Amino acid sequence: MIDACDACLRRAFLLAYLAPRIAGLLGAGDRRAHGLLALPEDALLKATAGKRLGEALGFLESLEVDRRREGLAAGGHVAVCRHAQPYPPLLHELADPPAVLFGAGRAEVLALLADEPAVTVVGTRRASPYGTEVAYALGRGLGAAGVPVVSGLALGVDGTAHRGCLDGGGVPVAVVASGADVIYPRRHRSLYERVRDTGLVLAELPPGTEPYRWSFPARNRIMAGLAQVTLVVEAADPSGSLITAEFAKDLGRCVAAVPGRVTSSVARGTNNLLKDGATPISGTEDVLDELFGVGARVAPESGRARVPPEPALAGVLEAAEGGDSVEAIARATGKTAAETRAALGRLEAEGFLVRRDLGGWERAAW
Amino acid sequence: MLAAVATFALEGVRPQEVTVEVDVRRGLPTFTLVGLPDRAIRESRERVRAALLNSGLDFPQKRLTVNLAPAHVRKAGPSFDLAIAVGLLAASGQVPSEGLTDCALAGELSLSGELRPVRGALNAALGARRAGYRRVLVPEANAPEAALVEGIEVSAIPSLFHLAELLHNRWTPEPTQPAVPGPDEPAPEAPDLADVRGQDDAKRALEIAAAGGHNLLMVGPPGAGKTMLARRLPGILPPPSFEEALEITQVHSAAGIGNGRLATQRPFRAPHHTISAQGLVGGGARPMPGEMTLAHRGVLFLDELPELARSAVDALRQPLEEGRVEITRGQRTLEFPANAIVIAACNRCPCARAGDRCSCTTLELGRYQRRLSGPLVDRIDLVCQVAAVPTAQLVEASGARPVRSVDVRARVVAARQRQLVRLAGTGVLCNGDMDGRLTRSQVPLEATVAGRLLAVRDRIALSGRGHDRVLRVARTIADLDGRDLLRGGDLDEALSYRLDAWQRVAA
Repeated sequence: MIDACDACLRRAFLLAYLAPRIAGLLGAGDRRAHGLLALPEDALLKATAGKRLGEALGFLESLEVDRRREGLAAGGHVAVCRHAQPYPPLLHELADPPAVLFGAGRAEVLALLADEPAVTVVGTRRASPYGTEVAYALGRGLGAAGVPVVSGLALGVDGTAHRGCLDGGGVPVAVVASGADVIYPRRHRSLYERVRDTGLVLAELPPGTEPYRWSFPARNRIMAGLAQVTLVVEAADPSGSLITAEFAKDLGRCVAAVPGRVTSSVARGTNNLLKDGATPISGTEDVLDELFGVGARVAPESGRARVPPEPALAGVLEAAEGGDSVEAIARATGKTAAETRAALGRLEAEGFLVRRDLGGWERAAW
Repeated sequence: MLAAVATFALEGVRPQEVTVEVDVRRGLPTFTLVGLPDRAIRESRERVRAALLNSGLDFPQKRLTVNLAPAHVRKAGPSFDLAIAVGLLAASGQVPSEGLTDCALAGELSLSGELRPVRGALNAALGARRAGYRRVLVPEANAPEAALVEGIEVSAIPSLFHLAELLHNRWTPEPTQPAVPGPDEPAPEAPDLADVRGQDDAKRALEIAAAGGHNLLMVGPPGAGKTMLARRLPGILPPPSFEEALEITQVHSAAGIGNGRLATQRPFRAPHHTISAQGLVGGGARPMPGEMTLAHRGVLFLDELPELARSAVDALRQPLEEGRVEITRGQRTLEFPANAIVIAACNRCPCARAGDRCSCTTLELGRYQRRLSGPLVDRIDLVCQVAAVPTAQLVEASGARPVRSVDVRARVVAARQRQLVRLAGTGVLCNGDMDGRLTRSQVPLEATVAGRLLAVRDRIALSGRGHDRVLRVARTIADLDGRDLLRGGDLDEALSYRLDAWQRVAA
């Protein structure tokens, strides 16, 4: 679906043309394109093109917008400009909304984003097993509740949230820093394909563009802009996830965070957010309450029994939650090693425990 | 004159018959050795000459030609000395050659004419029996080992002089007793499970591994006792049967690490993790058995599994699947037996710190666990924890009687017996060796239990192979308990031992 005016397309392709220049201007320390993206065309050219202004003007001169539009249509791409009806209305609240949103996948998802409040789930690429488990469970819970889950397709929390959303039967929306048809990171090829086929991959840069350092924080503003709630699962300080949270705060949207261990470096960012007044999240219900009002919508899986099937297993579950070894669990509950193993296997089979890593267990999130 | 003497060379651990032909005729005194001999055989000329002369026999000053047939097979080692010397004696008419037609011989000569022991005497005796020889002549030190073979006469020869006397019927050797331990001889002390405090989880896993012949992965921090536990597995495995003991002794005899007696214990091999692929499965220009073969019918312990070279782990594929190793060198292929239970050990994560103090990220965990993947992990049925035992538990006077190896072994033997009966005719001896098809046909499930497993399978994303593994282990657990029917509890316990559960973490 192509629904974009000439001026907006022109600007989008100009941005892609200037992308390497912007990367050069920003240097290593500063990754945010402060205000650049809000500038009108001529000011943007003046600010970035420098001595190459002539060349850039030449590029604009020779840009055949109609040909480009045909190319996009032929490639099966999605492109909507901010003057078009399907453009997500929430994005207009940004100080510098992207001129055109390019996409790969199902264009209907744009209509869904206009009707349903979405949640952005972000976090570190170096997630702990705890963060992974929580991100997955949140993604699955929200997906099952029919809430679109927006994330960045990165390694760690982002990818896990997408995966959870897909497994919960929800609609995932990925906002990427490259063109929407460029798979980054490469390792997420199969996840990218699943997201594209069930949901939508969105990008500010036109198809085929490689990601730049500045384009990651730039896409973070889009993620923050698309959702009512921005939820950080695990984040170091400083980190890209905190940038997303800051954008959300500036927009006056809800910033939420999952509490983490105070000793963990990947929980420092989220715990600091909580100290600064972010909404603490301990389950899918908390997010749904924030979106729809308390109790207005319940997570489909919340009715599941939280009590072990047999009272005899409760002691084992409690001990296993503490991360104890099989040996210690057996001692604490007075069972033999074989009985303890059988109880652990049962609890895992019933979904109370998940395998943590080589032979250890952790309480399933919910 | 011409004489022919039979001897046996080692092809890996298999005996290969070699006929030593000696031709003695008039001419300039020369000594020619043909038939692809190696350096040690070429040097045998000097040993043979000195040994003959020092035994009061004559080294003929004639044109001597020795051929080792079949001539296209490479031969190695000093065990041809005796056959060459005897061939010379027969061809030069110093001993009658009639007595040589139905016997095979092997031995290395010292310059004084005494016989030194050789590697693979047991293998040679087995080969001689199979080839139909009535008698085998071996050095005195090898005789008890060779005498383990029934149905062939074994003569212990102290020196070349005695051998000449024997062929003249002027001397008869003492009958040799086979090197089996006497009934009143105490079995050598194996390390006992009772020595290990705590570690009930690992002990239970060891018992299941022993009962079903399952490969095991032990996970725990350094110093928790993984090696100590692994060393105790041979002691709870059933004692080797006579055939198994012969196989073990053959391998050890061929490798030169045996003690010249029948092996009464299953071997335990624990190579260092820097071992090469050749060291692990065998190889070299003259292929020698590797650790997997030396552990045949016993236990191979691989500590620090993630540190093992990728090539070494990959080389384990064939022995793990087929219980043997094939090594191809030039035109010929050697086969080594290699059927052992493998116990591997690793840390829980790269930082090796317990529980909450672990600082590893999902990425690092994934990388560590990916290093584990490969043919070995595909064949591991059980994974157990070896946690550091609290100091208090180490020093306290243990109230409960500790589990002793003899008691565990009794249960293991009973469980193995049940498997032998059930698996009779399938060519498989224990649950751990069943393939997927056999597992499904041999482990019938009650409808309720099957339904539960199916539900579990969906929830925890159990792969097809993982499903079979759980069934095999559950079958062994029921065997240990003396039951034909599987209960839900068996499956629960088996589920908790499985390894293939980290897809989400490693994603």
